[in-house]
Amino acid sequence: MKKIIRNVAFGLVGLSVSAASVAGPEEDRQAFRKFYENRFPQVQPIGDFQNGVYSILPAAREQWESIEEFPPYELAIEEGEKIFNKTFANGKSLKDCFGEDGAVREQYPHWNKERGMVMTMELAINECLEANGEKPLKYKKGAMAAVSAYMAYNSRGQVINVEIPSDDPRALAAYEDGKEHFYTKRGQLNFACADCHMHTSGMNYRSETVSPAFGHPTNWPVYRAKWQEMGTLHRRFAGCHDNIRANPFKAQGEEYRNLEYFISYMSNGLEFNGPAARK
Amino acid sequence: MKGQLLTAILASALVAPLASAADADAIAKGKEIAWHRQKGNCLTCHMVEGAEMPGNVGPPLVAMKARYPNKADLRAQIWDPTARNPMTSMPPFGKNHILSEEELDLVVEYVHSL
Ligand code: HEC
Ligand code: HEC
Repeated sequence: MKKIIRNVAFGLVGLSVSAASVAGPEEDRQAFRKFYENRFPQVQPIGDFQNGVYSILPAAREQWESIEEFPPYELAIEEGEKIFNKTFANGKSLKDCFGEDGAVREQYPHWNKERGMVMTMELAINECLEANGEKPLKYKKGAMAAVSAYMAYNSRGQVINVEIPSDDPRALAAYEDGKEHFYTKRGQLNFACADCHMHTSGMNYRSETVSPAFGHPTNWPVYRAKWQEMGTLHRRFAGCHDNIRANPFKAQGEEYRNLEYFISYMSNGLEFNGPAARK
Repeated sequence: MKGQLLTAILASALVAPLASAADADAIAKGKEIAWHRQKGNCLTCHMVEGAEMPGNVGPPLVAMKARYPNKADLRAQIWDPTARNPMTSMPPFGKNHILSEEELDLVVEYVHSL
């Protein structure tokens, strides 16, 4: 009897190891990238996926490029620079956390092993403020989007290189959670992120063409014409959830941080090019 | 609403000229619901005759009588398209209460007329 149980236990371990080696994050990532390469062979070089829907819409691209010549996010970068350089009551500033010019975009999101959670840049900004006795900023727009725009701008050209450390199973669990989120249908209209940004990417919902998810995390924050202002990635997540009549999650809560971890890992190798302008 | 529809059905069984007027009424009401952005919003994904800038996520809704000789099948597809294809991106209009049963009946009348 004892032997049988041991054998069963052994069998289970063997199974989980082989399952992990069959479909680990790295295999996921390659399949994900391949999916978009096959679906949009016209996007060349592959790095152009950083331009979202414009990478697949030559007709809209020209107008977008002319908008980018006088970028509507320029004011936000300037405002962000002021906030970034502002001296706190204790004499320090955001520079003490993020260096002279805040060009740290490539460090986020990352797995924080001590705390067992995904760290994002916006969360790190607020933690820096609070650690220095300053008031935290709201996550979706305004001052936060401005600081983030300034830091992203100074980080342009850095490459997404998210790691899922193999020595901490909680990191893989966070990744799996984000992945499940991406593929799970939800809301009254019963949509998964993948329904729009994978299975029907490039197709039109009315006149709106849906962007490929490969490249989604590169260009934040964005100035969106529809918002008439800046917004962060988690604001966009919440907007897409609203559209499918699902309850949005909290910006910078665990769900959206894990989702950002997953989609960023999927886009590894692409360049950060935020901030950007969008319709 | 239900009463109206019942009248329409009874009428179509009994008096032909009256029936077509009632049908036309149901079709017009169904069209309004199908086109309404907060209701059916079908044009987001489907081309239908007369639509400007329809989406192309789903197939064009044409020749519906030929494709759905049986109205009940058409109703089933709109009530819960995931029954036939769990991966579909078409919302389950009846199952998820996006439309009421009465609204769905009217939409079926309209779509069947396309
Ligand atoms: C019903 C369709 C639909 C669903 C479901 C959906 N989105 Fe979107 N999403 C859109 C549309 C339309 C846009 C605007 C056009 C574009 O850039 O794709 C958009 C834009 C975005 C953008 C901005 C892209 C850019 O370059 O600025 C991101 C990021 C995004 N969605 C992520 C998500 C995530 C993550 C989910 C799931 C939580 C999701 N979306 C669910 C339709 C959808
Ligand atoms: C968000 C996208 C979307 C919306 C909104 C939508 N559909 Fe669809 N519809 C689809 C897709 C995609 C299919 C293809 C079948 C499948 O996915 O299984 C489809 C299929 C159908 C079919 C079957 C066509 C055939 O050839 O068999 C009918 C009928 C239909 N839709 C009617 C409607 C009606 C009526 C509405 C509005 C009340 C509607 N749809 C709204 C996406 C949509």
